Amino acid sequence: MGWFSRKKKPEHNKDTSVDIKKEAWKKCPQCGEIIWMKNLIDSEYTCPSCGYHFRLTFKEKIVLFTDQDSFTELFENIGCVDPLNFKDVQPYKKRIQRTQQKTGRKSAFVAGVAKITGIDVAIGFLNFEFMGGSLGSAEGEKISLLIEHAIENHLPLIIVSSSGGARMQESILSLMQMAKTSGMLGELGKTGLPYISVLLDPTTGGVSASFAMLGDINIAEPNALIGFAGPRVIQQTIKQDLPDGFQKSEFLVEHGMVDLIIKRKGFKEKLGKILDYLNGN
Amino acid sequence: MAFNELAFEKPINELKEKLNELKNGKAATTTSGKAKIARYEKKLNILIETTYQKLTPWNIVKIARHPKRPHFKDYIKNLGKDFIELHGDRNFRDDPAMLGGFITIGTQKLMIVGQEKGRDTDDKIYRNFGMASPEGYRKALRLMKLAEKFKLPIVTFIDTPGAYPGIGAEERGQSEAIARNLREMMSLKVPTLSIIIGEGGSGGALGIGVTDEIQMLQYSIYSVISPEGCASILFRDAKNAEISAKALKLTSSDLLKLKVIDGIIEEPSGGAHNNPQYIYENVTGTIINVIKRLKKTGLSYLLKKRLKKYKNMGIYEK
Repeated sequence: MGWFSRKKKPEHNKDTSVDIKKEAWKKCPQCGEIIWMKNLIDSEYTCPSCGYHFRLTFKEKIVLFTDQDSFTELFENIGCVDPLNFKDVQPYKKRIQRTQQKTGRKSAFVAGVAKITGIDVAIGFLNFEFMGGSLGSAEGEKISLLIEHAIENHLPLIIVSSSGGARMQESILSLMQMAKTSGMLGELGKTGLPYISVLLDPTTGGVSASFAMLGDINIAEPNALIGFAGPRVIQQTIKQDLPDGFQKSEFLVEHGMVDLIIKRKGFKEKLGKILDYLNGN
Repeated sequence: MAFNELAFEKPINELKEKLNELKNGKAATTTSGKAKIARYEKKLNILIETTYQKLTPWNIVKIARHPKRPHFKDYIKNLGKDFIELHGDRNFRDDPAMLGGFITIGTQKLMIVGQEKGRDTDDKIYRNFGMASPEGYRKALRLMKLAEKFKLPIVTFIDTPGAYPGIGAEERGQSEAIARNLREMMSLKVPTLSIIIGEGGSGGALGIGVTDEIQMLQYSIYSVISPEGCASILFRDAKNAEISAKALKLTSSDLLKLKVIDGIIEEPSGGAHNNPQYIYENVTGTIINVIKRLKKTGLSYLLKKRLKKYKNMGIYEK
């Protein structure tokens, strides 16, 4: 046995090793840098070395995008059900149950009112951790109610999206949510209230082809995947390699689909400035 | 199997062939032959009836995509008169996958817009198989706004596998083009009707499908994703398309139950391709009736009702 071997690991490392792996450190998927959790939080969940923007949970989004303790949730009781008795490799009902237990949420959309740099807003978050942030009946209804709330209370509307698109398990009903939410945004537009769409990684399919692309101002985070069809579908269709940076935020700005990219650090302050401009003189 | 034949149609076509042989042969002149022909005819009718009574959703998908199924251009030719095609989105180009223009059906002057899949190989490529690009959706919206300005009711014909997923389509904002149409169609100040005549492929169909009324041909389909796409994502294998076609609830009777559509236009037995004249008459009748009914409704009520219809869509826990 060599001198470097140990008969057993020291006891005190045993328990913490799990925590360190899972909680205290995170690996950057872009540059591979191992980041201490505290540093990651201090840098607003971006990689200090390459600037990669980590995906956020809705709680992290509320902290980053709204003033401290200003968020009050609305319509939290509206939840997903299985309207078509849909079953793929597992029943949709079971999928809903499991996801609801895992996330503690009834649907993928969190709606509420909050302040952004002191300005009152109606704000909602479509969250990737709940079934890929997909748009189903419950999500569509909550978005529609949030728009109504903005109209009734004369508030600017902000929707922060990260989603794979319409929810296949609700088939035609989820497709109809695209019409429902877009139509309601038309109503908001008639009142002269602003709507800002924030597109996070990823925003694709039925969500990008409805409310997420209809902002008076469309804002993206750096390097987010934004598009109608997923890159794999496009590749299969055209049987060609896709260009570098295809469907990334910078590509969308270049092609005129997104107004601007805002980095996470200082996002709220810049959003507040934009809201102030939209408020006129 | 003959080209363009569906598997479940095979016994019917074989019997039809036999019957034709008998009719054209000696048998037609003898009494016993005539009796035989009558027996075969009866047999054929029963076979057609039983076959088309028990169609599975997957069978219906096949009929909806049948190569001989009437396309938008066929409807243009057969429904009305004085069609004047209008081209282009005024921004980028004219998209041949999306057609539109003025038409007179009965005595009603209308704007019609719809996808055209193309018939022969060259035409299919030219029409991009009915998969419109952003400029197609923008052209559709331009024509619908034109109709609004000059107070012409709008009828859209939906027949597309989906909006085109390609590099150029992404560069020019496929998402934005569709999203804008959804929003704008909700408040067009003229009566609007959409008819699904074949495939209603997801956002590509919805992009011209937000209307006061939605009518669907009996054997057409409408869903959030194609059965094949759904099978490869959720069922892990595109070969499960038959199962996913059932799960997606994409037939006209399913959609009527879900209150997503307002009515079903009956097709001749076996599908529109078996008797196109029959379907042209039925579609003409539907357009005339629905537009007449919508025109009687006051405009502000019509718009409120349209929005309310979409607001009520969806099933969730309250």
